[in-house]
Amino acid sequence: MVYKFLEHTADVKFVAEGENLSEMFREAALATKETITKGVKINAIVEKKFTVEGTDYESLLYHFLEEFVYLLDAESFIIAEIKEIKITDLELEATIIGDDVSGYEITNDVKAITYNDMYVREIDDVWECQVVLDV
Amino acid sequence: MSELKKINEFEWEVPQKGDMNVPGKIFASEKLIDAIKQDKTMEQIHNVSTLPGILKASIAMPDAHQGYGFSIGGVAAFDMETGIVTPGGVGFDINCGVRILATNITKEEFLKKRKEVLQDIYREVPSGVGKGHKEKLSDEELKDVLTNGVQWAVKKGYATEDDLQRCEEYGCMKGANPDDVSQRAFKRGLPQLGTLGAGNHFLEIQEVSEIFNEEIAKAFGVKQGNVVIMIHCGSRGLGHQVASDYIQKMEKEYGFENLPDRELINAPINSELGKQYISAMNCAVNFAFVNRQLIMHDIRKVLKNYFPENKNHLVYDVCHNIAKFEEFDGKKVCVHRKGATRAFGPGRIEIPEVYRQVGQPVIIPGSMGTSSFLLVGTKKAEELSWGSTAHGAGRVMSRSQAMRTIRGEDVKKALNDKDIEIEAGSWKGVAEEAPEVYKDIDEVIRVSDGAGLAKKVARLKPLAVIKG
Repeated sequence: MVYKFLEHTADVKFVAEGENLSEMFREAALATKETITKGVKINAIVEKKFTVEGTDYESLLYHFLEEFVYLLDAESFIIAEIKEIKITDLELEATIIGDDVSGYEITNDVKAITYNDMYVREIDDVWECQVVLDV
Repeated sequence: MSELKKINEFEWEVPQKGDMNVPGKIFASEKLIDAIKQDKTMEQIHNVSTLPGILKASIAMPDAHQGYGFSIGGVAAFDMETGIVTPGGVGFDINCGVRILATNITKEEFLKKRKEVLQDIYREVPSGVGKGHKEKLSDEELKDVLTNGVQWAVKKGYATEDDLQRCEEYGCMKGANPDDVSQRAFKRGLPQLGTLGAGNHFLEIQEVSEIFNEEIAKAFGVKQGNVVIMIHCGSRGLGHQVASDYIQKMEKEYGFENLPDRELINAPINSELGKQYISAMNCAVNFAFVNRQLIMHDIRKVLKNYFPENKNHLVYDVCHNIAKFEEFDGKKVCVHRKGATRAFGPGRIEIPEVYRQVGQPVIIPGSMGTSSFLLVGTKKAEELSWGSTAHGAGRVMSRSQAMRTIRGEDVKKALNDKDIEIEAGSWKGVAEEAPEVYKDIDEVIRVSDGAGLAKKVARLKPLAVIKG
């Protein structure tokens, strides 16, 4: 596991890292999933593809993570795993697998991704980001 | 750390200096100010004071804690000509709020049927993640909800004319154009109208356990020993998406390079984008009013089933996360309340006629298992805090720490020991909302009352809880 939750009074804060940008994005998605599911196992049943764009890495990350919150509310879809993430410049294409959330007892919601204390940076060949989720 | 000057027992000032346009002002006791100093609340009060067109002070309520952009419990008003509007001063859960339904059911009558009533309400009102309402709306109908708020619910038979009167803004923010709300927000909102959601949202059945002001309690229609029901939730995914959409739009239009915090992105009140955000926010406000109304409607059905003769009325519905135009001393300003409750004193036109002589009902929920309070707004609050007071207990412990140190099962047992029943989707979720992760609600109320922001009317003690 290469994401870690940090202390935050009201909301959920985490750092995630990866050997490359795609790996870091994957870890950030899994941290967001963990915030919602709290360890409830989600079956990999349905595959979805989506594309997001950003104006910098932070906004790309914001839009990427927001997609999971959107899919949960609008399409009742909860992610199990990430199949593939392709990043070209500031465009990201993701293939993800998950399930209909209505079959699970999930009681933790993420209301929104925030820019509060958000960063994406590369240090010594490791990509790292920090995110605060409004829950 | 900013300098902090004690003004009196309940009020502190952060003197204006450097890039601050106004001083900071915090309503807190010695005990609460210690908690406020623990996180980034002070820094956030400072950041807000630097925004253009801010008037008088960057204010924090007794329950203030770290947010993003504004602190939670942050209040600020902006000049209509030179000022700004910011999603960071409203929050993602637009019109998160609370209402109280008062009944003439006595505690004793209720306790005889407590378990069944609680289970039926739990079944009737969808809660948790991904649990939609039975009634599915069309796009057209949702537009009607966003434009007309509780008036839509009256038309559909989900609300009475009397309910409509007893909501902040009479249940409908005007100037709400659904065309300013994105398709994504629509899609998130469609399945969720009439649902509680998760996190800190809850339903609580309470006993009016103590009356502090007989005359006003009578005016509000609450009687000692009777049962009331509190509903706490907001605008769900629709409101969250509106906030997120407009943060992006404002970043694109104005950039965030010069901001002390990216979450304080804003637009001039008079700009096209500022106007669109306000319109979209108003739509979300109306969605939240109707959300709480539908939940109350479902609860009324259950009550009627178990207590066919019962009489009940909505005491009031208040918003906790909102920005709007209000008049003070004849001047219109744009007040942001983020985790703060409007607390207008007697005489204001915004207060329904039934309460105009006494002042606006103010509802401050406690944490799970502790008392909640009904208060009344004051003229003094209009002078001190743009007519605002606290909105709850305010967190002191992080969720991750709560998860590590508290077991949901123990919380359930502690509640049962206090003779409180609870229904919840998961015990882990319960741990995150355990009473000990919040500030002492009695202290928050003492400061609110002592500073004169809102005066105590009644104490409400929980008998049964449904955690979202």
